[in-house]
Order: sequence, then C-alpha cells, then structure tokens
Amino acid sequence: MVRPPGVSRREFLSVGVAVGGGLLLGFDLPAPPPSAFEPNAFIRVDRDGRVTLIMHKVEMGQGTYTSMSMLLAEELEVDLADVRLEHAPPDDARYAEPLFGVQETGGSTSVRGNWEPLRRAGAAARSLLVAAAAAAWNVDPASCHAARGTVLHGPTNRSLGYGALVDKAATLRVPSRVPLKDPKDFKLIGTPAKRVDAPAKVDGTAQFGIDVRLPDMKVATLAACPVFGGRLASVDDARAKAIPGVRQIIRLDDAVAVVADHMWAAKQGLAALDIRWDDGPNAQVGTADIVRALADASLKPGVVARDDGDAAQAMAGAARKIEAVYELPFLAHATLEPVNCTVHVRPDGCDLWLGTQVPTFTQTAAAKLTGLPRAKVRVHNHLLGGGFGRRLEVDFVVRAVQIAQQVTGPVKVVWTREEDIQHDMYRPYYYDRIAAGLDAGGKPVAWTHRVTGSSIMARVTSELFPKNLRVIRAVGLHQLIAGMKGLDTDAVEGAAEPPYELPNIRVEYVRQEPPGIPTAFWRGVGPTHSIFVVESFIDELAAAAGQDPVAYRRALLDHSPRARAVLDLVAEKAGWGQPLAPRSGRGVALLHAFGSYIAQVAEVAVSPAGDVRVTRVVCVVDCGTIVNPDTVKAQMEGGIVFGITGVLFGEITIKGGRVEQHNFNDYRMLRINEAPVIEVHLVSSGEAPGGVGEPGTSCAMPAVTNAIFAATGTRIRKLPVKDQLHTVS
Amino acid sequence: MSNTLRVNGTVHTLDVPPDMPVLWVLRDVLGLTGTKFGCGMALCGACTVHLDGRPIRSCVTPVSAVTGKSITTIEAVGQTSSGKRAQQAWLDVEVVQCGYCQSGQIMSAAALLAAKPHPTDADIDAAMTGNICRCGTYGRIRAAIKRATAG
Repeated sequence: MVRPPGVSRREFLSVGVAVGGGLLLGFDLPAPPPSAFEPNAFIRVDRDGRVTLIMHKVEMGQGTYTSMSMLLAEELEVDLADVRLEHAPPDDARYAEPLFGVQETGGSTSVRGNWEPLRRAGAAARSLLVAAAAAAWNVDPASCHAARGTVLHGPTNRSLGYGALVDKAATLRVPSRVPLKDPKDFKLIGTPAKRVDAPAKVDGTAQFGIDVRLPDMKVATLAACPVFGGRLASVDDARAKAIPGVRQIIRLDDAVAVVADHMWAAKQGLAALDIRWDDGPNAQVGTADIVRALADASLKPGVVARDDGDAAQAMAGAARKIEAVYELPFLAHATLEPVNCTVHVRPDGCDLWLGTQVPTFTQTAAAKLTGLPRAKVRVHNHLLGGGFGRRLEVDFVVRAVQIAQQVTGPVKVVWTREEDIQHDMYRPYYYDRIAAGLDAGGKPVAWTHRVTGSSIMARVTSELFPKNLRVIRAVGLHQLIAGMKGLDTDAVEGAAEPPYELPNIRVEYVRQEPPGIPTAFWRGVGPTHSIFVVESFIDELAAAAGQDPVAYRRALLDHSPRARAVLDLVAEKAGWGQPLAPRSGRGVALLHAFGSYIAQVAEVAVSPAGDVRVTRVVCVVDCGTIVNPDTVKAQMEGGIVFGITGVLFGEITIKGGRVEQHNFNDYRMLRINEAPVIEVHLVSSGEAPGGVGEPGTSCAMPAVTNAIFAATGTRIRKLPVKDQLHTVS
Repeated sequence: MSNTLRVNGTVHTLDVPPDMPVLWVLRDVLGLTGTKFGCGMALCGACTVHLDGRPIRSCVTPVSAVTGKSITTIEAVGQTSSGKRAQQAWLDVEVVQCGYCQSGQIMSAAALLAAKPHPTDADIDAAMTGNICRCGTYGRIRAAIKRATAG
C-alpha cells in the first residue's frame, strides 16, 4: 500500500485492516470524502463507515498512537483494528497540547493532557451517531447504545452502522458536554492493546522522515562550522563538482552543503571540499573553561525556586552539616534516525517532509525564512526514529529550508551521524551545590540546593513559543512570572519539590550560559538532572546517618503515601537487604515527577578492574490510571536502558570550541550484551494518569550510582561513571 | 560503471560507482527504504541486510563486493522461514518502540536463527551486539529471538 512517491497532495499515515487481519500502516491517498461526519478535530467517519482518527501527537516510540487511539475509540465505541490514523496538520488552534498551549509532543504530557479531552471527543461523536439512529427509528436515544461502530436499538433488535448515520449526524448540533463512561465499564483502557504501529515497523514499510522519496528529489548533506559560532570563510569546490552525481554546492553563512543525486555522492562531495572556516570567538573554548564559569556562578545567590521554613537558621543549628557538589555533562540525543528534513520551496508555497515533535514551530520557521504566509507552508509529519527532545527543535528545519531555497525542486537534507553528534543541541552541563543539616538522629532539618546551568526555558520561550493567550492559559501565569524573574522551572523540576519531608528547604537557580553551545531538552528533561542530584544526596545522608537507604527515605515519606508505597514495593520485589556477591551492590532511587511515582532498585557488579555492569533493575510504577499497561512497561524498560547509557557513558566534551565526539565509537550506547534484566511492576490506581516516557530514565541514573556506592564505597558525584572506578579498584 | 546485483530475487543492472555502499544503492537508487542509515561506519547495525544469507553492514559494503551475489532486505526477509518467525515473534512480544533500528535487528536475528535454530544467550549476545537500539528494547529482542526458536 506504499504509494508511488509524489502522487499525493498530502501524505497520510493510515492504519487499516490488512489482508490476514493485521494492522497495516503506510502511505495512502484518501479519496476526498464525498460526505464525512467530522464532529471535532480528531474524528472523521466516512459514508462507507471508515473511521479515521487524526493524531495530533507524534509517534516516536512511546506508544502514543496506540494510547491516543484507545482514548478516542473507548468512547467512540469502535475497535482499534477498525480505525485508520492520520498525522494531524500543524494547527495550534485545533491541536495544541493542553499543558503547553502549542502543538507539541514532549514532556510526558500526551496521556496526562489528553486523557479527558480525547475521551470527550469520542463521546460527543458517539452521542451524535446515537442521536442520528434514534431519529431514524423515532425512538428515545436513551434506549439505544453503540458498540463496535454500530448503533443498536435493543427493544426492536435494530441496528445501523456508523457509515449509514453520517449524513444525519452531520446535521446535528455537537453537544456541549456528554457524560463519560464509568471506568469500570472501560473495554479498551487498561487492557494491553497491541501497538498500531508495530506491523509496519517489522516489515520495512514504516515511513520515517528520512524515507521520503519524491520525483526529481535531490539529496543533500552538509558540514556546519565545527566551532560553535564560527563562519564559512571560503570553500574550493572544484574536486567535489567533478564527482559523478554531485549537482550543486551551497554556501550558507556557517555551513556548506552538497546537493547530489544520492547520499553517497553528497557524502563524497562533502569529503572532497576544501573548506576554510573562520572559527570565530569560541575557538578556544573547552569543557574545563565552561565548568570553571559554572563553578564561579554557583557561588552567587540565585533566583529562589522554593523557600520553606528557614534553611539558613536550621543549618546553623544542625548537629552535622553535609555538603556536596554534583556535576552532569552535556549530552547528545543521538536518535537512531539521524536528523533530516526534506523541503520543496516554490514561489507560491513550501512543503516540508520530516518527523517533528513541533509541527507548528516547523511551519512558522519555514514561513519566516521564505516570507510565505503560514497557510502556504505545509508540514507532512512522519514517524520519528527517536525523539528524546531532539525533534522539539527546528534548527535542522531552518538549515534545510535555507538549502532548499537555493535548489530547484525538492531536496532531502540528511545529516551524517558525525554532524548529528557534533551539531546537536545538548542537554545542559549542570553544576549543583547541595547541602543538608542533620539532627542528632540523622534526620535532615535543613536542605539547600543551588542549580547552576543554562536556561532552556528562556531560549524556547523567547525563540519558539508564540506569545498568546492560549499559551498563557496552558502554562499558567505563575510560569510566566517565574520566567520573568529569571527562574528556569525546568532546571529545578525535581529539585524544588522532593517527595521528602524537609521542613526547612531553599532551592535556587543560577543561569550561566556556555559560550556558543546550544542546549536543549533531553529525555527526562529537568528531573533527569535534579532527581540524580537529590537521590544521590539523600543516599549520602543515609550513609552519613549510618542508616539503610530505603529505611532512611521511608521515614521522610509520612506525607507522601504513594511515594512510600512504590518504595516499599520495590524493596520487596528487589529482595532489598538480601546478600550479594562481593563488589556487587543494590541502589535505590525514588522519583515523583510528570504526575507519576517511580521507585527503582538497580544491582551492579564492579569488576576488579573497575568496570561497572548493571545486572538487574527492578522498577515499580504508580502512574495513576493506566491506559495501555504494556506501553507503561515498555517505556520503563527503554527509559532505564537510556538512563544506564547516560549514567555510564554519556558525555559530550568541548575542545577548541568543537565537540570531541563523532559517532557511536566515541559516543557510546549500551548494547544488548550489557543490558540488565529489567522487571517492571505496575501499581493499580484510580488517580489521574501520569507520564511515563521520561521518568524511567530520570530514576535509573541515581539508582545505578547508589548501587555503585553500595558495591564499592565510592560516591559518584560527577557523571558519567566511565572509568572513574578504574583508579580506585 | 555498471554493476549487476540480485536484490530480493530481482536482478538489477545499475550504473553506480563501484565504491558506492550497498545501503545507498538500496535506499536512494532502488527505493528500498526499509534498510536504515544510522552511522555509516558499521557501528550501529541499522543497515544490516543478508548477503547470500549472511548478515552484512550495507553501509560499509561497496556494491562492487556484492556483484553477482544475492541480497535480501527487510522487505523480503519474511519470505524466509527464520525471517518470518522473527517478524512474528517481534509482534508477539511487542518489541518495537520508535522502530528505526528494528529492520536491522530483525535481519541480524533472522540470520542467527537460520544458522543456529536454538541460540543460547551467548549466541544472542554475539549475533546482536552490533545492533544498537536507542529506545532500549534489548530485553524484548532477546525474548523475541527465544520465542522464534519455538517454531
């Protein structure tokens, strides 16, 4: 069902029943519906009964196409196997994430933000279809019900399929509010539904942005100035132009691109260029300079994120004071699908084909560059070969449009892996000062934490987010006020509100930007940094107090029963306290973020040479009401592996203003032979749903380093672990 | 220079440079986009295809090295017994997340299953260590390979 390239005005991702009964996913050109029932932005029912769900969230592996479909289908009363999916076009007015005010997939918000709106959308559509059937039969709508795409009238044993009701339903007024199902009546929500995107991902037909093929399409690859902030001085392209298949060399202010018939010619052409760069003001910048500036900045008072009780006075009166500095490195996203974007710029319009977490930001960026009205910029979204925050940015869209403006016809701009690693937008380097005062019994009576790092929020607020009422309503006035005060609420998320009873707590944020290094959200966002620091430090306090790490935490959780419950369960499931081999250890970590509670116990074995192997991770999740339990488990499993990669290996370093890492040889990923056994236990809950895409990662990092402490007595205060233990073995 | 190669049972005569990696021949010339570009240096395994039934990294294999040989990609691996079992097991276990690496994972697994119908954990490690999954589906990949042996 893959269409020949270029025949469509719009590409649609569709899911329907394939021959053999499985779900089929691929490109399709739907005939314009002669008459369709579209009661809202998310549902279309055609006369032939075909139900299409419009996906405003993007699928990057987190299972959202399945969970969003479940929310709609539950109330619409259709089987998942009978629905087709379309990527939504860019449209903040219709598709904004309720928690952000813009159309964005990120921050573990999809189920949290859409739990009620999508069920309401499904329920409203169903009620109209039921009303249409009741009118046709001249019976009371209350005597009818819907099931599996059909309205039934029990007393007279009559039924009508949704397709037959389209014309009538389309004339009815959309009800303002329809009651939602009692959770005990859920048929789909809470069941382990099969992923709707899986079949196409095992037979090679799934279409990621990089897979786009269009008639007369060229392929380009590029080199940006390796020094951040540098410019192109000159380029000799004589040898490159002689390579068969190379069509055009494009010069941008700070980059060169080679346009060719295929990626191989483009890569060969790029290698053949003789480029001279003007390295600019950052040519001498190195990691050590950046860290020194952060350390200096961290000595100054910051913007207050939390100030309860009197931390200074309590600290002065404490029996003991414990202090530590924690450092977390720059990190690249390294999505396995390298950054890419295909663009066709014409005088009267612009089309973009890519996988993006931010379709409207993409549209706006292209409109600004081309001078076209936004309505003339069409964004064809695709499956994402990983997001993790990388595809929340539009830097690669800007580059692709700049290149396409100089090319006749469509051009697919594909970054090499080296370019992807060296010109990512990185998780900030954080430098945290944290201290606690303990009473005679070892309990923390004072807690101060100062986070120092660059502000992603300040950048995205000023550069990407529109300033309108919808955004203000979504994010809340308090966020705007915090931003105006210079507080980065993301950087302190997880630090400002630890789940523990801390009567005197002061948390501050100091903004310090590294020269030239662009920083951005990374899986787990703020909590990936803050939870590591808080959970490492609380472990330090337990050790200082001579207490068991689980018991120490537990004693501070009287007012947080959900946190205490996941901690208790993880200790039980992990066999906490049972003996382990020498140089092996268990570490625990607790997280409350994204509306979820998670506890993990990691087990590590440290070799005599100092190599760390994570052997087992037990994870307990209370994410409130669960939509798709298998997705929750999968997100924990994957998030934990992502966290282990980060904690053991993840590090981007800067020398001479350039990133020192290049590819997977020096920016290491955990591999299957290094992956631990992971056990995930779900807590049954009727609470509001929490997010699950990010927190598994955030919780895994301190669980691993706390286990290293248990195994070796060495406290890891600077990530990554890498070879830190080699000298202490 | 023209190169003759057999891909998924079809013989193609192509006018491409002899040093052009098979990956780009498949993706950019033949339009077989199921085989993925991940690193270009045989570090991630996303580009894995079969050459006469054995797994190779197509991103570093020049087309001149496969002339006259038979290539199988993810689009056709379901026509082999081990490929079909691997694909079904992948669905049964719900392995995929973003899915970008999974073509390569399945190609490596199918070759393993064809060579060793009952692979041990050590066999799985040896065969699959070259395939990176950034989403971290390793536990399910291992479970799926074991499930596929049952057939």
